[in-house]
Amino acid sequence: MVRKELLHLWRARSRVVATFAFAFATLLLFSFAGGLNADLLRANAAGYLWVGLLLASTLSLGESFRVETAHDSLEMLLLLPVRPTAIFVGKAVGNLVVLLLVGVVMVPAAVVLFDATPREGLAPLLLTVLLGTASISAPGTMHAALSARARSRDLLLPLLLFPLVVPCVIAAVQASRACFTGDVMDELGAWLRVLVGFNVVHWSLGALLFARVVED
Amino acid sequence: MKRWESWVGLLGLVLVLVGSYMGLFVAPRERFMGDVQRIMYIHVPTAQVTLLIFTATFVGAVGWLWKQAWKWDHLVEGSIHTGLLFGALLAVQGAVWAKPTWGVWWTWDPRLTSVAVMVLSFLGILALRSFVDDPVKRATWSATASVIAWVNIPFVYLCVRWMASLHQTQTQSHQMDPAMKLPLNLSSIAVLLIAIHFVAVRWRIAARQRARELAE
Repeated sequence: MVRKELLHLWRARSRVVATFAFAFATLLLFSFAGGLNADLLRANAAGYLWVGLLLASTLSLGESFRVETAHDSLEMLLLLPVRPTAIFVGKAVGNLVVLLLVGVVMVPAAVVLFDATPREGLAPLLLTVLLGTASISAPGTMHAALSARARSRDLLLPLLLFPLVVPCVIAAVQASRACFTGDVMDELGAWLRVLVGFNVVHWSLGALLFARVVED
Repeated sequence: MKRWESWVGLLGLVLVLVGSYMGLFVAPRERFMGDVQRIMYIHVPTAQVTLLIFTATFVGAVGWLWKQAWKWDHLVEGSIHTGLLFGALLAVQGAVWAKPTWGVWWTWDPRLTSVAVMVLSFLGILALRSFVDDPVKRATWSATASVIAWVNIPFVYLCVRWMASLHQTQTQSHQMDPAMKLPLNLSSIAVLLIAIHFVAVRWRIAARQRARELAE
């Protein structure tokens, strides 16, 4: 299932490009919203990065199930001799790859736009991006599956997802801020552990409950 | 309205009036906060009962996913509506207390943030229910989303102990003046009875709506 999702992703590369373009546009908008104050923009770079990624994630997550429902291919997938958990993992990994690619490109964009050099080096920041995007992908995939077949699905997905991922966004912003401004309070490890915990809970819940969402 | 529902509601109303009177005029003045502390005689019971109601939503959700009996879906619907009402009251009472105590109506403290996440998560599930026409799909999808949203509830309760929080930790019974315990206990029972009344009424409305939907 993961291979199928990655193959589909490769054939629909424009989805990654469009998601990045949207995320980049939000970064530009935040620059203007911040009043072009260089110190303020630098201080808020981590927040802008993650809010941009979160807003862009709704496009990508929604699209990942729109293609399945548009041609009734979700029903076809369920006829395959695979467990629904495998479909969830495939979809969630596919969404993670999209968000991770967008996140990895957004980091240098934030560095350039907001003059926010990662003082703790690139590795912890990339680890934060990996854990943070994984934290959005698992509940995002679950709620994209829920909202894809409901009325007003474009409204419903952010309504369900945004409150749920607030803890992960807080942790990702704090960890990224520590990476950008220096981890003087030695809090980076604690925020990364919060992200790991969030991932464990939501990937497990997704694997456990996905079958009920797609089979009914 | 059934007779027992009316009696439970009426008893709750009488007890809340008695508890509030005792809290406002009989209980001693708190040493540090003064008279503003008297809002605790309604705020603490509202907080306890809100968490309890959303836990009832979780029980209903697990019940539906396990047994697929309509009574569990009625419990989900009744408790989400009631929980949101009590959650809104909780936020208003908290703001009224916070302004003279902390100097602000709202602050991004872990307790306040997690309560906001809880209320918004269940508000999203209510929106989900209104956007799905098929009763079985509606019940299954909202049950799944409710289980995921409930994960935040233990954090709401424990965050004041785990994290540096402006909000005080739970006061233990032995730390309280006996003259403060009675109005608090009365109000707790009263708010619980009112919540049971609302859930029962909303449950019955849900049962009638479902019976009509399934007959169509």
